[in-house]
Amino acid sequence: MPTTSPSNKVRADGVVSARLSSEQLNENFCDLHAPLSPHEAKVAADRCYFCHDAPCITACPTSIDIPLFIRQISTGTPEAAATTIFKQNILGGMCARVCPTETLCEEACVRETAENDPVEIGRLQRFATDKVMDAGVHPFTRAASTSKRIAVVGAGPAGLSCAHRLAMKGHDVVIFDGRQKAGGLNEFGIAAYKTVDQFAEREVEWLLSIGGITVELGKRLGENLELDELQSEFDAVFLGIGLAGVNALGLDNEDASGSDDAVEFIAALRQAAHLTNVDIGRNVVVIGGGMTAVDAAVQAKLLGAEHVSLVYRRGVENMNASKFEQDLAAQKGVNIITNAQPVGLIANGSVQEVEFAYTETGADGFKVTDETFRLKADQVFKAIGQKLALNVAGLDIEGGKIAVDENGLSSLDKVWAGGDCASGGDDLTVTAVAEGRDAAEDIHAKLMG
Amino acid sequence: MANLQSNFLGIKSTNPFWLASAPPTDKEYNVRRAFEAGWGGVVWKTLGSEGPPVVNVNGPRYGAVYGADRRLLGLNNIELITDRDLYTNLEEIKRVKADYPDRAVIVSIMVPCEEEAWKAILPLVEDTGADGIELNFGCPHGMSERGMGAAVGQVPEYIEMVTRWCKQYYSKPVIVKLTPNITDIRKPAAAAKRGGADAVSLINTINSITSVNLDSMSPEPSIDGKGTHGGYCGPAVKPIAMSMVSEIARNPETADLPISGIGGVTTWRDAAEFMALGCGNVQVCTAAMTYGFKIVQEMISGLEQWMDEKGYTSIDEFVGMAVPNTTDWQYLNLNYIAKAKIDQDLCISCGRCFAACEDTSHQAISMTPDRKFEVIDAECVACNLCVNVCPVEGCISMEEMDAGKTDPRTGKVVEDQYANWTTHPNNPAAMEPAE
Ligand SMILES: Cc1cc2nc3c(=O)[nH]c(=O)nc-3n(C[C@H](O)[C@H](O)[C@H](O)COP(=O)(O)OP(=O)(O)OC[C@H]3O[C@@H](n4cnc5c(N)ncnc54)[C@H](O)[C@@H]3O)c2cc1C
Ligand SMILES: Cc1cc2nc3c(=O)[nH]c(=O)nc-3n(C[C@H](O)[C@H](O)[C@H](O)COP(=O)(O)O)c2cc1C
Ligand code: SF4
Repeated sequence: MPTTSPSNKVRADGVVSARLSSEQLNENFCDLHAPLSPHEAKVAADRCYFCHDAPCITACPTSIDIPLFIRQISTGTPEAAATTIFKQNILGGMCARVCPTETLCEEACVRETAENDPVEIGRLQRFATDKVMDAGVHPFTRAASTSKRIAVVGAGPAGLSCAHRLAMKGHDVVIFDGRQKAGGLNEFGIAAYKTVDQFAEREVEWLLSIGGITVELGKRLGENLELDELQSEFDAVFLGIGLAGVNALGLDNEDASGSDDAVEFIAALRQAAHLTNVDIGRNVVVIGGGMTAVDAAVQAKLLGAEHVSLVYRRGVENMNASKFEQDLAAQKGVNIITNAQPVGLIANGSVQEVEFAYTETGADGFKVTDETFRLKADQVFKAIGQKLALNVAGLDIEGGKIAVDENGLSSLDKVWAGGDCASGGDDLTVTAVAEGRDAAEDIHAKLMG
Repeated sequence: MANLQSNFLGIKSTNPFWLASAPPTDKEYNVRRAFEAGWGGVVWKTLGSEGPPVVNVNGPRYGAVYGADRRLLGLNNIELITDRDLYTNLEEIKRVKADYPDRAVIVSIMVPCEEEAWKAILPLVEDTGADGIELNFGCPHGMSERGMGAAVGQVPEYIEMVTRWCKQYYSKPVIVKLTPNITDIRKPAAAAKRGGADAVSLINTINSITSVNLDSMSPEPSIDGKGTHGGYCGPAVKPIAMSMVSEIARNPETADLPISGIGGVTTWRDAAEFMALGCGNVQVCTAAMTYGFKIVQEMISGLEQWMDEKGYTSIDEFVGMAVPNTTDWQYLNLNYIAKAKIDQDLCISCGRCFAACEDTSHQAISMTPDRKFEVIDAECVACNLCVNVCPVEGCISMEEMDAGKTDPRTGKVVEDQYANWTTHPNNPAAMEPAE
C-alpha cells in the first residue's frame, strides 16, 4: 500500500503537485521487482531443471535459451549468461524489468505446473544482464563493413533491436526519431517503478556502444522526413514507429482541462525532473483495461491521489492487463470497476465527474444498459488504445497496422516494419525486440544474398 | 580470447569435453547428435568380441541418490558393455569418424584376457579410422565375473600384458581406463605405463548399492525381487576420482603419463579442476545422462570465460597447475593459522554453524538470545566445518592471521616461517626440515 505520509496537500482538492513528500514519492516509485542478491540468485537458479526443449524458451517471443543462461548463473558465470541472453535479445535488460513474465516464460515454467511457483526467470535475467551492463561491457563486436546503409525510423525497442543487429552484421545504420530523446516507450511509456535510475537511457547508450549507429532526433516521418526519400537514399528502411496516435472516447468535454491521455500523463511523469513536480488529482478515473490503464492508475495512486478508479467496459476476464497487474493495482489501492462504459464527461472548465453506464455481455453480444452512475474526477485518463499515425501511399494496412510478412517486409519495396506499428504479435517490448531483430536478419539476407 | 582446442596424445578435438564410454555413445544416432550439440569427442560404448553380444537385464538398470529438490547426485548402473553387434558398431564408427574429422572418436574395447581375442579385434577397430582405443578394465559388474573389466583392472600384471598386446597390434594411441575398485590406484597406472600405454583414463564406476527396497527387501535397482551391486558415478564420485587422478599425477613413476579425467564432471568448473590436477581432457557420462547433450554448452562457455579471466589462451597453460600444490599431510604448513569469520550482513541466523561447532567441533561459536552468531577466536581451530554447513555461500570465511599476531587460542605468536610435522617437536620421528 502506498502510505500517505503527512503533507498538507494529501487531501487538497483539484489537480496539484507534491501531494506526498519527496521521500515518500521516492519510496513509492522504487523498483517493483528488486534486483536479486548473489545469494538469492544462486537459490533461484538452483531451482531450474534444465528442461529439454524447454517450454519457457518457446514462451519467450525472443526465444532466449533460458535453461542455459540460468545454468550459467548457477555455475558462477553470469557474464556468459548475459551473452546467452543478449544474443537473442539485445534489450534483455529492459525485458527483464518489463516483461509480463507471468504470461510468458514464467507461466510456461514446469515448476509453475508442479508447484505454482515458477523459477524467477525475469529476475535472474536481470541479475545476469545487470552484471554485464553495470560493468560497461558490450559483448558484441561488428563484422567487417558491408558499406550498406540502412535507415531505421523510430528509436523504440523495435528500431533499436533492428539497428543493433544490422550494425553487428557490419551495416551502417541511421536511426531517425521524431522525439528529442531515444528509447521509445521504454523512455516515455513504461511505468517508472519498472525502470528506475534512468535505466532506459543507460541501456540505449550501452546498446549504441556497438558502433555504426547514428541517431538523428527530431526527425519525424511525414513532417520533416519522407519515406520515398529514405527509400532512394538508403539500401533498406525499417519502420519501428510504434502507435503514436491515441483513441478518443467521442464524448463532449473531452478537451476540458483534466481530461488527458494516459500515455501523455505517463510520458510527463517519466520525464519529470522530480516526482514532486507531477500534478495529480485527488480523484482520478482511468478508463481502459490494459497495461497502460493499470500503469496510469497505479502511478496516480503512488503520486498520492486519494481515490483512483480504473473502469473497464467489459468483464475482468477480457482485460488485457494480466492477473498480476490487476492484483498489483488492487494492492496499491486502485478500485477496479468492470462492465461499465463512460457515457458523459461532466465539466465546468475542468473535469468534475464521469458518468458511466453498466454494460452486459449476453447471448446477443455486448450492450450498454440504462443503469448509470457517476464518479468524482479531477482527472480522467484515457487508456483505450493507441493507433498508427502514418499514411503513406502504397503502404498496405492490415487491422490498423502496417501489413508485413513473417519477416517484417511491408508492401513497399525495401521497407520493413516491426513492433507495435506492424501487424501480428502482441504489443509488448519483447515482441518489438524480436520483430526488429528478425527484420534485421531478413534485411541482411536480402542485401547480401 | 581463450581457445579450447584440445590435443590429447596427438588426437585433436574442438574442446576437451569428451563423452565417456556409456549409453550416450552407444550408437551413431547418439554420437552424431552429441557432436552437433558441441561435444569435442566421444569414447564409443565398449565393444566386445565378435559373436552374439552380451545381454542386459530387462528390468531397471539404474539406482539413484538424490540431494535436495531431487537433484541427482549419484547414479548407479548394472549395465554391461554394448549389447549390439560388433560389425554394426564398427560400421557406424567408421561413418561418424569420416563425417566429423575435427572430433575425437575413441573406441572402447573389452575382450577376454587372451592374446588371440585382442589380435582379432584390433585390426577391425584400426580399420574404422577412429583416433585411438580405450581399454575398459573397469566395469565392476557382470563382466568382471567373466574375467574381464575390473577383474583385469585389479591385477596390474594383466593390465601390463594386455596393454602390450594392444601396442603391438594397434598403431594409434592406447588409453587404459582404470577401475577405482582397488586400494592403490598408482599400481595399475604404473602397470599400464610399463605396458606402453599412451594414457590412462579414470575413473570407471565404483561398486555400490544405492538403496534397499524395504518392502521387497532387495537392493535397488530390484529385478524381480533381487538386486546386485552396481557401478556408482555422477557428482558424488568426483572427489574420489580427483584424488586418484592426483595420486597418479604426483607419482614420479607416472608423472609424465597423460590422464583423461572421468567421474562426476558436470560443470565447466569440475572440468577445470580435473585438468588443474593433471588431466589433459575430461570425459562425461552422468551429466549428459541427467541433462542431455546440451549441457556441454555451459561447460564450453564457462571454461572460456574462466580462461579469459585468468589470461589463459590455451588449455595446456593450466593443465597440471595444481599438481605441485598437492602434497602429503606431513608437508602442510603448521604455522599457517586461520580463524573463521561470520559476515553478519550475510548471516541469516539459521544456527547451523553453531550446532556443528558446539556439538561436534570446538565450541568456538557464540550465540546470543537474539540469534547473533560470532566466532570465538580463542577457541576456533579453523576446522572449516562451519563454512561447510552454512547455507549461504561466502557468509563464513576463513581468514588467515598475519605473522606477528598472537593466536588467542594458543597464546603463541604467529610465525612467518613455514614449518611442518616432519620437524615438529611433538613428532617422535622429527628430523631436519624436508621438502
Ligand atoms: C504506458 C505503457 C506501458 C507499457 N508497459 C509495458 C510493459 O510493462 N511491458 C511490456 O512488455 N510492454 C509494455 N508496453 C508496450 C511496449 O511499450 C510497446 O509494445 C513497445 O514499446 C513497442 O515498441 P516499438 O519500438 O514498436 O514502439 P515505441 O516504443 O512506441 O517506439 C516508437 C518510436 O518511434 C518514434 N516515432 C513515432 N512516430 C514517428 C514518426 N512518424 N517519425 C519518427 N519517429 C517516430 C517514437 O518517438 C518512438 O521513439 C507499454 C506500453 C505503454 C503505452
Ligand atoms: C549406464 C552406464 C554404462 C556404462 N558403461 C560403460 C562401458 O561400457 N564402458 C566403460 O568404459 N565405462 C562405462 N561406464 C562408465 C562411464 O564411462 C564413466 O566412467 C563413469 O560413469 C564415471 O563418469 P560420470 O561420473 O561422468 O558418469 C558406464 C556408466 C554408466 C552410467
Ligand atoms: S529412459 Fe525410460 S522410457 Fe527410455 S528406455 Fe529407459 S525406462 Fe524406457
